Amino acid sequence: MYTYSQEHKKYLKRKRKDKWIIISCQILILIFFLLLWEVAAHYQWINTFLSSSPSLIVKTFSSLLANNDLFTHIGVTLYETVVSFGIATILGLIISILLWWCPRIAKIADPYLTVLNSLPKVALGPLIIIWVGASTNSIIFMALLISIFVSIMNIYHDFVETDRHYIILLKSLGAKKRDIFFKAVLPANISNIINNLKINISMAFIGVIMGELLVSKKGLGYLIMYGSQVFNINLVISSVFILGILSFSFYYLICLLEKIIQKKNC
Amino acid sequence: MKKIILTLSHLKKNYQEDSGETKAIEDISLEVEEGKFISIVGPSGCGKSTLLSILANLEVASGGTYTFEKPSVRIAYMLQKDSLFPWRTILDNCLLGLELRNELTEENRNYVLHLLKTYGLADFIDKYPNSLSGGMRQRVALIRTLAIHPDILLLDEPFSALDAMTRVALAEDVYNMIKKEGKTVLMVTHDIGEAVSLSDKIVVLTKRPSTVKKIYDIHLTGKSTPIKNRKCKEFSEYYDAIWRDLDVHI
Ligand SMILES: Nc1ncnc2c1ncn2[C@@H]1O[C@H](COP(=O)(O)OP(=O)(O)O)[C@@H](O)[C@H]1O
Ligand SMILES: [Mg+2]
Repeated sequence: MYTYSQEHKKYLKRKRKDKWIIISCQILILIFFLLLWEVAAHYQWINTFLSSSPSLIVKTFSSLLANNDLFTHIGVTLYETVVSFGIATILGLIISILLWWCPRIAKIADPYLTVLNSLPKVALGPLIIIWVGASTNSIIFMALLISIFVSIMNIYHDFVETDRHYIILLKSLGAKKRDIFFKAVLPANISNIINNLKINISMAFIGVIMGELLVSKKGLGYLIMYGSQVFNINLVISSVFILGILSFSFYYLICLLEKIIQKKNC
Repeated sequence: MKKIILTLSHLKKNYQEDSGETKAIEDISLEVEEGKFISIVGPSGCGKSTLLSILANLEVASGGTYTFEKPSVRIAYMLQKDSLFPWRTILDNCLLGLELRNELTEENRNYVLHLLKTYGLADFIDKYPNSLSGGMRQRVALIRTLAIHPDILLLDEPFSALDAMTRVALAEDVYNMIKKEGKTVLMVTHDIGEAVSLSDKIVVLTKRPSTVKKIYDIHLTGKSTPIKNRKCKEFSEYYDAIWRDLDVHI
């Protein structure tokens, strides 16, 4: 059992206090900002037609909720994001493993991956719409394209950079390639893979919204597009706001996963 | 009766790289007797690690042969860097070799537990490597190598990452551990004192590409444990002789 000294208790107390101060400040800043916005709108220091206001946004929310549309739009965006995130993550991992397993294939693929990775995928948008059609699938495909190459390049490089000594050790114990992967490369890179999830989820959101802006009848990107076309700034800002909450929630979930895995491992 | 369990005959190794060929080992012949502690010393970069990695089947020799008396010989290789896996507990690290060989029997597991307990690691069995000191980590690495019941231990500068005090103390421990388990050892070191105090035989290599320069059979009067061996009267004679062989220029 550990027995904490008085000094250590003080240290912990100071740390806790610090944490509370930080969280309170963060919340205060948000409240202050919203209040300022509302006040400025109320006294017409700013034009609510262009910059909306918190109360208008709440009103927009409730009317969206009332006609039940909001959840359909959120659902569509979520669905597209989760599917493209899932495929990008799994496929990215499988391809990275393949490249690690067969260095020759990795060398052959290298220039192609580099070009595909550096190409701004937005440019492919119209092409994808022509090929796949203006559907949910083309949006998923676009989001997939945006995240998969980064995913492959990152994970593959992490795999290759696994501590050489681990591998020598395993080989000296008679390990086969399979053992080397499962006993050293994979466990050594768990945190890298999780970090990659964080990148993938934000890439998936970027891809999905981009796709929805280009072509769609549903989803938050569609709401934003529609709102801007009919000059309904309230709708645009509400949608952006929801999007922010969604992407933050996903990011938070991944961080949670990270914590669980770290706890299990150390 | 002497029993030779490993014979090296005209072993040769060249490394091939884009930039050219590196001749590491020119010609090494050697006989290794069962149960003996043999040290290999030589100038840095002369191919000592290369020699061990050939024997451990990690590198392929360019020429010559090495033959083990027993075809099913078990070799364990311990490197300077302990390479304990930070995501495995001390026990699981030690069981790695058994796991890879599918030999994770209750008996083997108990043997590992017994080693851990005997060598002062009982409290750390379920801990992770980051909670250990350098000397303890090296001890765990040795237990990991012993776990597979090797016939021959290949040790590549096993103590050189440690500070001077820990080094001498650990050498003492490791020596006792290895002698008690009755293993044959081939150890690379750059510490002449360590070599003389631990070994039955010392092989001095020339600089790269290396050949065998000299072989010393170490006979110390009143030979016991490494630390005490340093006080034997022949110690400094061997030390000086090997120092001269290595021909160190500063
Ligand atoms: N994998 C390798 N590829 C090419 N050259 C190597 C490799 N490993 C070692 N060498 C070279 O072979 C020589 C002997 O290396 P090494 O056996 O590590 O020496 P020592 O352990 O005696 O210090 C050195 O010149 C080194 O640069
Ligand atoms: Mg070396």
